[in-house]
Amino acid sequence: MKVLLSGNEAIARGAYEYGVRLASAYPGTPSTEILEYIGENFPEIKAGWAPNEKVAVEVASGGAFGGARSMAIMKHVGLNVAADPFMTLSYTGVNGGMVIVVCDDPDMHSSQNEQDSRHYAKFGKVPCLEPSDSQEAKDIVGEALRISEEFDTVVLLRSFTRVSHSMSLVELGERKEGPKEVGLKKDPAKCVMLPAMARRRHPIVEQRMKDLATFAETFPYNKVIMGDTSLGIITSGTAFQYAREAFPEASFLKLGMTWPVPAQMIRDFASKVKRLVVIEELDPFIEEAVRLLGIKVEGKELTGFLGELSPEKVEIALKGASSAKSAGAIQMELPLRPPNMCPGCPHRATFAALRKNKAYVSGDIGCYTLGALPPLNMLDHCLCMGAGIGIASGLDRALGELAQGKAVAVIGDSTFFHSGMTPLLDLAYNGGSTTVIIMDNRTTAMTGAQNHPGTGLTLRQDPTIMVDIEKLGESFGFKRVQTINPYKVEDMEKLIKEEMATPEPSLIIARAPCALLKTGRILEDKPLRIKNDVCMGCRTCISTGCPALEFVKIDKSEWKEGEKKRPGYTKINEALCVGCRTCMEVCRFDAIEEAS
Amino acid sequence: MSKNRVYNVLIVGVGGQGIILASDVLSLAAARHGYDVKKNEIHGMAQRGGSVSSHVRFGKQVSSPIIKLGEADVLLSFELIETVRYWPFLAANGKVIINDLKILPPAVFTGQMQYPTDVIEKVKERVPDTIVIDAQAVADKLGNPRGVNIILLGMMSKYLDIPVADYEAVMKEKLKPKLVDINLKAFHEGRSLAGA
Repeated sequence: MKVLLSGNEAIARGAYEYGVRLASAYPGTPSTEILEYIGENFPEIKAGWAPNEKVAVEVASGGAFGGARSMAIMKHVGLNVAADPFMTLSYTGVNGGMVIVVCDDPDMHSSQNEQDSRHYAKFGKVPCLEPSDSQEAKDIVGEALRISEEFDTVVLLRSFTRVSHSMSLVELGERKEGPKEVGLKKDPAKCVMLPAMARRRHPIVEQRMKDLATFAETFPYNKVIMGDTSLGIITSGTAFQYAREAFPEASFLKLGMTWPVPAQMIRDFASKVKRLVVIEELDPFIEEAVRLLGIKVEGKELTGFLGELSPEKVEIALKGASSAKSAGAIQMELPLRPPNMCPGCPHRATFAALRKNKAYVSGDIGCYTLGALPPLNMLDHCLCMGAGIGIASGLDRALGELAQGKAVAVIGDSTFFHSGMTPLLDLAYNGGSTTVIIMDNRTTAMTGAQNHPGTGLTLRQDPTIMVDIEKLGESFGFKRVQTINPYKVEDMEKLIKEEMATPEPSLIIARAPCALLKTGRILEDKPLRIKNDVCMGCRTCISTGCPALEFVKIDKSEWKEGEKKRPGYTKINEALCVGCRTCMEVCRFDAIEEAS
Repeated sequence: MSKNRVYNVLIVGVGGQGIILASDVLSLAAARHGYDVKKNEIHGMAQRGGSVSSHVRFGKQVSSPIIKLGEADVLLSFELIETVRYWPFLAANGKVIINDLKILPPAVFTGQMQYPTDVIEKVKERVPDTIVIDAQAVADKLGNPRGVNIILLGMMSKYLDIPVADYEAVMKEKLKPKLVDINLKAFHEGRSLAGA
């Protein structure tokens, strides 16, 4: 029976059908739904959210060392966090099959960079497989596990936003357990990477890559589809679908394994076609491998290095124009519609308080990164998960008085557990005057409300520990740890002012659940309204960027005798307002009240 | 409609409008009818009040999960200016259905820009038989204020070669039991409003 599954659901289904016993992940778009789907549908798989991707890979490694088929799942930048165990896992090998699913995000739909994960396969000397739709995504999980066991190596499975979040039809199968016997086995020469052991493992790694290159020649997912030989396209993943859409008659060498590449297959294919082009997402990875074989090929000079491919991009790159009979465009000045913090978002209140203090704010990845956008304009740095604390502390230490009392770090709760604890410890240890605000909204909000070690619940909603951030800060040695409800903007503003002025490190926990959460809700969901006769149109509330507010302009010519002269007034959309009162807190004219 | 070609439906609007549910039902109905189907949309950060588009493609065999610019047979827009934003996807002879609703983007609600006032006029200049409907008013009248997405899906179904029975079966299977009847009603109301 065929069912419609997203690429992520298909990977999860693959984990189930091919006997994965253990799965670990940290949420990250576009990879999040894989572990969610496992959690919801497959109790046979032990699965849980890890605090970060490094831990996810280590946990999955443990399973694999013990002979259990295991899977670690992350977005592309997650593999940077997990790079340390990943690189040496290549040396130890695995035992039970192990797959690291890594989801690239060409065009950065929801990411801070568009790195190409295949470089990690080459760097770490492990194979990389790439599916191009949901059926292949499921099947290739099985292939990856088989290769992992046969060649004793971790395998990278590279997905893309347009595979992970596209749905297509998938044939379902039954679950089969992995072939390895599970159990504890002492094997220090293989599993303890002391220099002497690692030196003996390295030649095994090099030989493995040679063996894998030979295997790639007969790997069934490296496929030649011969058509018109005037154009030959070497491609992989989503790029294959776009190229086939644009050039259905062409000849294709579709690589399901992009590292190592099948050299002889490429040579044979190249010899049969007149024009040879590589079409691939992001970097010229296959292209460079083809060039190293001494074969003349076109590639990135046609498609470019930036963003994601599409059928028309491929068509235009190769033919110079699209064949579509388009309706064209409508000329109109269109306001952009960037993502925005939701009505009632507690982060908005925190940013309003920071703005009153003219703070210079280092942040990182989460919904609060949107605080960088107008009209808030309140985030000055976003580098990677957890980086804000180190950056604020670095500014404070390097710039002295120029930064003291100004540089503040903000970080979300899930992000704090991911990689904020170590820079917080650094701050306590090395000192300084930095103020850190943990914007604790009780969930991993940006990726759609996943649990984490601070929520008291697991992936499968079972009760578990709930980290006490206050006690954690105290145990690190922070003398100034304070918790506040960020919706009390005036109190928040005062507290931030005091802590910024203090010459020692301080920790503020701004705690209020995400406005989208139904549990633990502190919002009263009572909409507010404007006292229209009181509003002066000063736009202070508007400058918080709340989508429930609207500024209505009044032209000078409309000013009436005896009425106040004002540039306009605010209107509150009661259907959107959840009554967080941030606008009421910042209003200087007492012009906002509860709607009756 | 020919069974040998691929049909392209682009559904656009703003995060939170129920677009993904509508495109899920459409995709499942197309699959149930025996088409090959691919569907794609962007999740994550874009969903926080941002512009959203869902691509649904069905036919004998579908390759790309995203529609080529200029090849959408149907553009269903849940919000006025999003119609214009995604217009370049529309095929020269494509069908357009617009929900008559303004959702103000940040530059407008903060008073930096005006919301364009001539969207429907400009669209009708290009595609005179564009259908414009206030689906919220219809939904409110049905006593199902959250049924806007299914009403619009019902309207669009009139222009696609997928039998009603397939949509009905999918909704019965996919929706929570207590929501099935009101949404079947919303779907049929939308279908009847699409005209002959």
